[in-house]
Amino acid sequence: MKHLVSIRDLSRQDALSLLSSAQELSQVNERSIKKLPTLRGRTVVNLFYENSTRTRISFEIAAKRLSADVINVSADSSSVTKGESLKDTAQTLEALGADCIVLRHPTSGAAHQLANFGWINSSVINAGDGTHEHPTQALLDALTIQQKLGEDLSEMKVLIVGDIRHSRVARSNAILLGMLGARVEFAGPDSLVPIELKNLAASISNDFDVSIANKPDVVMMLRVQRERMLENFKDSQREYINQWSLSRERLQKLAKRTLIMHPGPINRGLEISPEAAEDPRSVILQQVKNGLAVRMAVLHRLLSEEQ
Amino acid sequence: MILKGVTLPNGEVTDVEIESGCISSIKRTTSSGLDCDGLVLLPGFVDLHAHLRQPGFEESETVLSASQSAAAGGYTTVFAMANTEPTQDSPATVQYVSCLGEQVGLVRVRPIGAITKGLQGKELAPLAAMAASSAQVKVFSDDGNCLVNVDLMREALLEVKKFGGVIAQHAQDHQQTVGAQMNDGKLSIELGLTGWPRAAEEQIIARDVELAIETDSRLHVCHVTTAGGVEVIRWAKAKGAKVTAEVTPHHLLLNEELVRSYDPVYKVNPPLRTEEDTFALRRGLLEGTIDVLATDHAPHSKERKECEWQSAAFGMVGFEIAASVLFKVLILEGEGDWNDFARIMSIKPSEIGGLTKIGNPVEGSVADLVLFDPTTSRVISKQTHSLSTNNPWAGLELPGRVVHTMFQGRLTVKDGELVG
Ligand SMILES: [Zn+2]
Repeated sequence: MKHLVSIRDLSRQDALSLLSSAQELSQVNERSIKKLPTLRGRTVVNLFYENSTRTRISFEIAAKRLSADVINVSADSSSVTKGESLKDTAQTLEALGADCIVLRHPTSGAAHQLANFGWINSSVINAGDGTHEHPTQALLDALTIQQKLGEDLSEMKVLIVGDIRHSRVARSNAILLGMLGARVEFAGPDSLVPIELKNLAASISNDFDVSIANKPDVVMMLRVQRERMLENFKDSQREYINQWSLSRERLQKLAKRTLIMHPGPINRGLEISPEAAEDPRSVILQQVKNGLAVRMAVLHRLLSEEQ
Repeated sequence: MILKGVTLPNGEVTDVEIESGCISSIKRTTSSGLDCDGLVLLPGFVDLHAHLRQPGFEESETVLSASQSAAAGGYTTVFAMANTEPTQDSPATVQYVSCLGEQVGLVRVRPIGAITKGLQGKELAPLAAMAASSAQVKVFSDDGNCLVNVDLMREALLEVKKFGGVIAQHAQDHQQTVGAQMNDGKLSIELGLTGWPRAAEEQIIARDVELAIETDSRLHVCHVTTAGGVEVIRWAKAKGAKVTAEVTPHHLLLNEELVRSYDPVYKVNPPLRTEEDTFALRRGLLEGTIDVLATDHAPHSKERKECEWQSAAFGMVGFEIAASVLFKVLILEGEGDWNDFARIMSIKPSEIGGLTKIGNPVEGSVADLVLFDPTTSRVISKQTHSLSTNNPWAGLELPGRVVHTMFQGRLTVKDGELVG
């Protein structure tokens, strides 16, 4: 495996083996000496055209724990509109010794282009492209579910709630969890969960309370992008909260072993109530930890096998 | 000059003699000449929709390079879209473009006039003055800037009616396509690219055919892409509307699945649709609902295509594959014959564009001719005669080949090579 651009690049076997090595690495992360020598002398570049401190730091720490050199480049996304910069920037970074480019980009398909257009030879990891995919997020979510509810995800009911249309997290999760046997349901207002999404998920719901009554094993709340919500959701913010927030009332209706997940950063009081975020069933911090383990596993897979 | 042993569209094998730029006789002779054994003789192709990019965008294409590419594709007449810089919205600019074409002399370049000044959709350009100029403009279009304003559209239709012109509309309701990148549907959702609803095209076509009926004027629908669009045009024709329509080679043969590659070479306006749409377009073409094939040849420089999908320009080159694509879908895979082929490539487009004396080759007609070899096939290379390489056909094998092109009695292409 040279790149990780889309969950679709992975076979079920690839995914399971990445998850099990991430599980092993997560134990390394619990030790007092956390560093492994695996990627000594290799250079990982975090090329971020979008601001995402969390994801960038997660990749940075993951690479450093494997002893790689890390360079952070935050590109001015205004130069993106001029077009040529992605290719030029990537070629420059490779000339400077990059073995792997971790790309975050506002444009769907950017990571795919970087990996497949013959511009560079480096490995490419998609750290989120437009409204397309965010594969390491899906892997870390799957790992979290495995740790909490058991390795076999067959028939597990995963409810993903919010602006599915514009969510790369929802896409990658639906593909991965579906591949691992889970039954994914998308829930959200009509305009944000168009019917065309049906082939990505097992089912679609336009009523959060009905979905909750179906006793999901996992409730994954997506981050609301305020500007986008106001633009797409005709009703007021309060109306959105009424219908789509994981409120205190809804929290009480969740089963005891239901996991509450969120890719972060959370909008407290918007898509998720403070009570829900801090509930014992919430695994949000575990997701953050697992992000490290998964990114280490991916870097390890892409870079050490290539040697 | 004598073309020996050509096969006419009706299947008859004969010789064609050319004198002073015209066909002087069509009959078997004993004299020798250019061996055209096995080659189908067709009237020179006429492209109603092409972007030559000069003046203004000479890094992408010039009238010279476009003429070379067109001639290599079998074209003898090319209609040049108005979105140049300056815009072809005045007698001076259209005459300039027409003059550039004459200087090159490989194909007849007929400028298309802008409907509105600067393609801004606000104020009509001087349509009658462009028609009366030496460029003899008959076709008017704001192409990519669909004329959405209904009053102006009506006014334009009434204006061109006075001198037998036609309004060619690129049907796109901009309100429905803000930020749109590809066909709207399951795939656009999966790829995370903003969708381009069919309705954005079909609603404008429906509105325009109503206006054409109301004004009893001529409307030409540019590059139809959807099954629904074909149906609306079928309905309009049944009602007696003076409406004609074109389809591009890429919308006949390519579909949205190619966008999975995120390669901007497949980014085009209007977008590639589904495979079912391509079948509907082929049926529409065969039955005559769609009148002509037009390339929408749209060259773009490398930096406008070698970038992120969303930032890339819309468009693809098309002169040199058009005949092969039509041969494949119409004759090899469809039920059409060479008469249909000539109708779609030459006769109908010349009629719509207001050209005279271009039709099936007969004695006395201008010797704008193509000799096409239907027995061969070729793998398309990325580099064509165009200055640009935004060529989605590269690497594909297509049947048939333009062997010779003759423009006004002179060979512009001989054995597949440009002459002189
Ligand atoms: Zn157009």
